[in-house]
Amino acid sequence: MKRFLLCVLALLAPLATPAMAQNGPLRIEITEGVIEPLPYAIPNFIAETPGAEDLATQISRVVAADLSGTGLFREISPSAFISNVTDFDTVVQFPDWKAINAQALITGAVSRSGDGRISVKFRLFDVFSERALGEGLQFEGTETSWRRMAHKVADQVYSRITGEGPYFDSRVVFVSETGPKNDRQKRLAIMDYDGANIQFLTDSSALVLAPRVSPTGDRVLYTSFETGVPQVFELSVNDVSRRALNLGQGAQTFSPRYSPDGRSILYSRAGGGNTDIYRYDTGTGNSTRLTSSPAVDTSPSFSPDGSRMVFESDRSGTQQLYVMSAGGGEPRRISFGPGRYGTPVWSPRGDLIAFTKQNEGRFHIGVMRVDGSEERLLTASFLDEGPTWAPNGRVLMFTRETSGAQGAPAIFSVDISGRNLRKLPLANAASDPSWSPLLP
Amino acid sequence: MTLTGKILLVALTLGLGACTNADRFGPGGPGATDASMGAFGDPTDPTSQAFFMETIGDRILFEVDTSTLTPQAEATLAEQAQWLMANPAFNAVVEGHADERGTREYNLGLSDRRAAAARTFIVAQGVAPNRVSTVFFGKERPIEICSTEACYSQNRRAVTVLRAGSGV
Repeated sequence: MKRFLLCVLALLAPLATPAMAQNGPLRIEITEGVIEPLPYAIPNFIAETPGAEDLATQISRVVAADLSGTGLFREISPSAFISNVTDFDTVVQFPDWKAINAQALITGAVSRSGDGRISVKFRLFDVFSERALGEGLQFEGTETSWRRMAHKVADQVYSRITGEGPYFDSRVVFVSETGPKNDRQKRLAIMDYDGANIQFLTDSSALVLAPRVSPTGDRVLYTSFETGVPQVFELSVNDVSRRALNLGQGAQTFSPRYSPDGRSILYSRAGGGNTDIYRYDTGTGNSTRLTSSPAVDTSPSFSPDGSRMVFESDRSGTQQLYVMSAGGGEPRRISFGPGRYGTPVWSPRGDLIAFTKQNEGRFHIGVMRVDGSEERLLTASFLDEGPTWAPNGRVLMFTRETSGAQGAPAIFSVDISGRNLRKLPLANAASDPSWSPLLP
Repeated sequence: MTLTGKILLVALTLGLGACTNADRFGPGGPGATDASMGAFGDPTDPTSQAFFMETIGDRILFEVDTSTLTPQAEATLAEQAQWLMANPAFNAVVEGHADERGTREYNLGLSDRRAAAARTFIVAQGVAPNRVSTVFFGKERPIEICSTEACYSQNRRAVTVLRAGSGV
């Protein structure tokens, strides 16, 4: 991964004397439920070296797409601007931005050095209190990673205003699908969180399912049928090398998941009519069986501290969710509503478990607290399944498949408030997203 | 005008393609995609693979979210077992499948149960256990593609695929 230089801008803009703030500090409290998105202005970033104009414009557009894409921010059209920003260090004319009701103003500049590197700096202003919100920052990196630098700027703005952790500078591993329903070709692929920069990681010669990205973001566990039976494989994103995990001679395995420290892997093993969960120690290469009911025990996911796991089992008759010590022991059922519950995933913040629910012929993505209380369904459709958490635990991606002979899957995202349901703009059908941690 | 005509024509062609595709795998299952009927012999010859696939039937169907063998399934499996005992040159792989109305990983486990249930029955009829193996595909390999029970019932299946045995 490319390294970024990040420095606080030494030169702060000469600010106008803070006038009396009309409102409190600029802040979106998402948990209280946002009705009106916060209006912001982002004039095209200034090109500080010749030939950087297009790049500066593109970077400002990606920042705006990130922010507006959350549903929490609304960009004010540049055609409404009264004054413009022509110099990064010029004094901001706050009255001109107030007049168009911009509550936040983002200014930035891009410069290009001769050696293929670029530098992006930005400032965020609270227009109504006429103050900078946080310090100006500068990122440096290679020109090819310009989208990442835009995401880093947007992450800063998002975090400063919402108080939530960043998540735009992240990637998603998924399954890209082509061909008719009865001859579907599947390939592992990786993309930026917004669907840009797709790279394929496997060809379509073998069926691949349900990738799960590592806590370091550079490895992927997935299920492949390349030997003719389902087996858990591990793939290195950087060189696209892959290997079957040694989980026992002829073992048919699937549903892998890394522990938060990356040292162990939970997975399901079947093959004789009974599916149980095992834990593989990457240091010793040994597997330990964690469940032994005659049920289908699958889709395990660790708590962020690694001490517990949540999984699904139909030991009660239908799929339900259970929490258990990560070392095994007696599982405790946490789902009790009508219908069946599967594919649980523990939030990176530790507070919620996302799941798929099937009830009365519909599929839902939902969240509940880790003790099973406060269940909330966020989506409903013919077939929604397989949620994955954004690094900040605020947003979920999942697979939505349409019905019928021409039915195909697509990747959607939704805020955990249930708002802002969006379809990722991908050219091909896609399924089974797995969201990486924030990139280093 | 002409453009509309062309689009219609393409749509019709696609529609036709989908129709023929629905049983593209034919009675041979996914392992027999490119083979014509004749490649498996004469379906009236009891020693032929075609007899196994068509006359006996290479697949059994399941009710929603179960791996219980229906009486009809048991009858088919009993005949499959007789055929396997009479034709020791062949081994069998039982492939378990599920319909699309379930989550991916659960359906893998469910389809494993189906394959195992069929294998257990075949072995109980007297076929050597090492001649029958299983694999499961969950909802990944539908043969019918509509989203109604008519298709789902055909996709909830266990298919017994013959393999030339290695000197059993």
